[in-house]
Amino acid sequence: MIDPGPSQPAESWFGDLHFPIDVRIPSDVRFIEPIVGVVVRRCVEHALSAKVCRLNVPVALTEALSNAILRGNHEDLTKGVRFRATIDDEALVLEVEDEGSGFDLDACLVDPGTEGSLVREDGRGLFLMCSLMDRVEQLPARANMVRLTLHRA
Amino acid sequence: MGFSVRKDGDTCVVAVEGQLIVGNRQELKQRVLDEIERGERKFLVDFGRTGYIDSSGLGVLVSLSKRIRELNGDLRLQNLNDDLKTLFELTKLDTLFQIA
Repeated sequence: MIDPGPSQPAESWFGDLHFPIDVRIPSDVRFIEPIVGVVVRRCVEHALSAKVCRLNVPVALTEALSNAILRGNHEDLTKGVRFRATIDDEALVLEVEDEGSGFDLDACLVDPGTEGSLVREDGRGLFLMCSLMDRVEQLPARANMVRLTLHRA
Repeated sequence: MGFSVRKDGDTCVVAVEGQLIVGNRQELKQRVLDEIERGERKFLVDFGRTGYIDSSGLGVLVSLSKRIRELNGDLRLQNLNDDLKTLFELTKLDTLFQIA
């Protein structure tokens, strides 16, 4: 697993990453865009569709990483977020794990289009993840990790 | 990645270049709030050069919309590509904003 430590975020730092990816980033939202950019480039190289590379992957991964940094680790720079990604002929799988106490995925998932939710500033992240990926899940006894799966077909 | 602000008649046009995400949403919010403080009330957010938007970015737009409405102002969005329209449609925010 690659660990950049508490350095400044830079896309060049992650530029050599290729699938399978296993990296630990600090709990700093500035690291999100560089690593998402690299993952998207790798998805392009693996011939995922243009829309998936422009929309589904960057938005869903940004949501997962920001949830881990902001809600899981509360931006505590002594804590990290582990990100893993694999791809094969069947699917792209992204896993994001923080050092928090975890969350109840089903309980946190709300439809942002319902009355009252529409004008809320927050609460759309999980919904977008679930809308843009084929599967969003937590493993048993791993409530601090989320796995996003997008099938290639 | 960044924001630019210009005047077009009585409208303040804010262009979003790159992503509008958790890492820069506060910058957009502050830029618009500064313009409100200067007396601007009509805003047009231009997404013609925008990559993608996350839920934090959408949330900031909702927040600014509420603030501007409280002041009897107007906030419109323009030049959303199909991907961005998809995000607004999924979250039903296409019903909240005027999208040109």
